[in-house]
Amino acid sequence: MGISADVKIPLEEENILLLPDPKDASEVISRLSSLLERKGYVKKSFCEAVLERELSLPTGLELEGKVHAAIPHADVEHVNTPSVALAVLSKPVVFRCMVEPEKELPVRLVFLLAMNEPKKQIELLQQVATILQDAALLDKLIASNSEREVMEALGIEV
Amino acid sequence: MNQQRIKRILVACGTAIATSTLVAVLIKEEMAKRGIQVETRQCKATEVPSYSQDVDLIVSTTPVPTNLGKPVIQTLAFLTGVGKEDVLNQIEKILKEV
Repeated sequence: MGISADVKIPLEEENILLLPDPKDASEVISRLSSLLERKGYVKKSFCEAVLERELSLPTGLELEGKVHAAIPHADVEHVNTPSVALAVLSKPVVFRCMVEPEKELPVRLVFLLAMNEPKKQIELLQQVATILQDAALLDKLIASNSEREVMEALGIEV
Repeated sequence: MNQQRIKRILVACGTAIATSTLVAVLIKEEMAKRGIQVETRQCKATEVPSYSQDVDLIVSTTPVPTNLGKPVIQTLAFLTGVGKEDVLNQIEKILKEV
């Protein structure tokens, strides 16, 4: 499925973070949220809503290889503009698994999803799912040394 | 075997926003390829008990009760691709038996 060229998630270079030494999942979510908030894509309430949702409905996803991911998100009322912020972590942080919350996953890729029209945005989620199912692409993302390299790996025009 | 009847699947996720929609679309597509007509309904995981009466199968991406007298598949395969073929085979098998 080498279709990274078709990936068109609403991700901007400024909304990518490469974090060498993240403390925990909450720190990653907070930092990603503030990027989207600065652009006006999400409301002030977004970050808190995502953190709270993560406690009862975690979003960690166990993938095929060694790299695991999480897709934290919140209810639509906290979002102004559909957008994505992405953190690439040099050291994993723990997210609990969506389908088995008692299971803790070491996560290296965090896609913070801001969605405001659920039915229309399955496309966004489908594109994220396509990325998650492309092992070669995940390796490239993890090995990226700059935000620009992440954009190039995803095939997004900058 | 009554393969003509349209089978009903309840698809649940945390908030019934995007995940269950994606899962529902993918199941419909894949079952159509296998010659099984499927109707889906979406709900939050917490709503599963009240929506489960008239469905043939429950598919969820978050934990749901499994004691509702209906087959339940809890899976992330439609997001992660892990074990997707197995899950589709399992869904097909269940729908052909009901």
